[in-house]
Amino acid sequence: MSTVPGQSLGEIWVYLAASPLLGLTLTLLAYQGAVKINQHFKGHPLANPVLIAVAVLVALLWATGTSYQTYFDGAQFVHFLLGPATVALAIPLYAQLGRLKRVAVPLLIALLAGSLTAAFSAVLIGKLLGATDATLISLAPKSVTTPIAMGIAERLGGLPSLTAVLVILTGILGAVGAQGLYARMKCRDPAVQGFAMGVASHGIGTARAFQLSEQTGAFSALAMGLNGLLTATLLPVLLPPLMRWLS
Amino acid sequence: MLAAITLLLLFQLAGEAIARYFALPVPGPVIGMALLFAALAWRGEPSADLRSTAQNLLQHLSLLFVPAGVGVMLHLQRMADEWLPLLVALVISTFVTIAVTALVLKALHVHEEEQS
Repeated sequence: MSTVPGQSLGEIWVYLAASPLLGLTLTLLAYQGAVKINQHFKGHPLANPVLIAVAVLVALLWATGTSYQTYFDGAQFVHFLLGPATVALAIPLYAQLGRLKRVAVPLLIALLAGSLTAAFSAVLIGKLLGATDATLISLAPKSVTTPIAMGIAERLGGLPSLTAVLVILTGILGAVGAQGLYARMKCRDPAVQGFAMGVASHGIGTARAFQLSEQTGAFSALAMGLNGLLTATLLPVLLPPLMRWLS
Repeated sequence: MLAAITLLLLFQLAGEAIARYFALPVPGPVIGMALLFAALAWRGEPSADLRSTAQNLLQHLSLLFVPAGVGVMLHLQRMADEWLPLLVALVISTFVTIAVTALVLKALHVHEEEQS
């Protein structure tokens, strides 16, 4: 099959959509456009670049009748990098090692409390309001950074792509709402503020925490890394019995 | 950069192998991350090469979620059917998690300066 002059736009689309090149290029274009939009709104959490890029791509695929499988044939080259990127999270986590050693015990207790609250409050509320099992499993790792959350959802029989979107929404909620909550709680300590944001709303919360202060951001980054490790360890053990008990 | 990427892939590969061999429910890359963290804590500072490669990779971390995120188009019906439990669970759980974590830390009197 070759593109000869005179072929209609539709035919050219069909040809290009069948090769990995289009899915890959569209992903990079949509993301860079989304970053521009985010910068225009001065990094406001509601203008999250992933959310914008996903919305644009879904609309485009839907409008052109292109299947997700066809798109993913190209986009998988980007997706593959999630694995090594997850491993690379060890390096910023290591940079927080000194901070962790100084206040290890209280931080780990708060981490355990926050991590369990994040997963089980979401599952219980969802169940109470009638969500299905696959949705509940996809919801459980929502407070953990996306690559880890998707891995957990996949392992436990959830829907990783639904998890990805729920994780992003959780991050946006935490980033937008944490300040108001801290004001009501009369909580002013930057270390406490940052750590709680990192546990509840991962990287998006951490990005917001860095806008507040360097110390807030550092504690948020530490909490995000630790919660990723803890949730990946605990949830596969604790969630299946809970799901059996709930059903 | 090539050496650093190889190292990251080796740790990921080791993580995947351990997850399979011991039938662990933890994702392979997370085990790879834990192994690399342990190696750094044991051996000390990452090399400048590893640090800059990780930084480059993590700088565009958000981009890497996009292909999977687009997969939500397969679940739009589910989200339309279950929007209420999803919305309520996300909002309440996120704020309760922040409050619980902050209250526990406050109760334990964490102030970074006091400890040093």
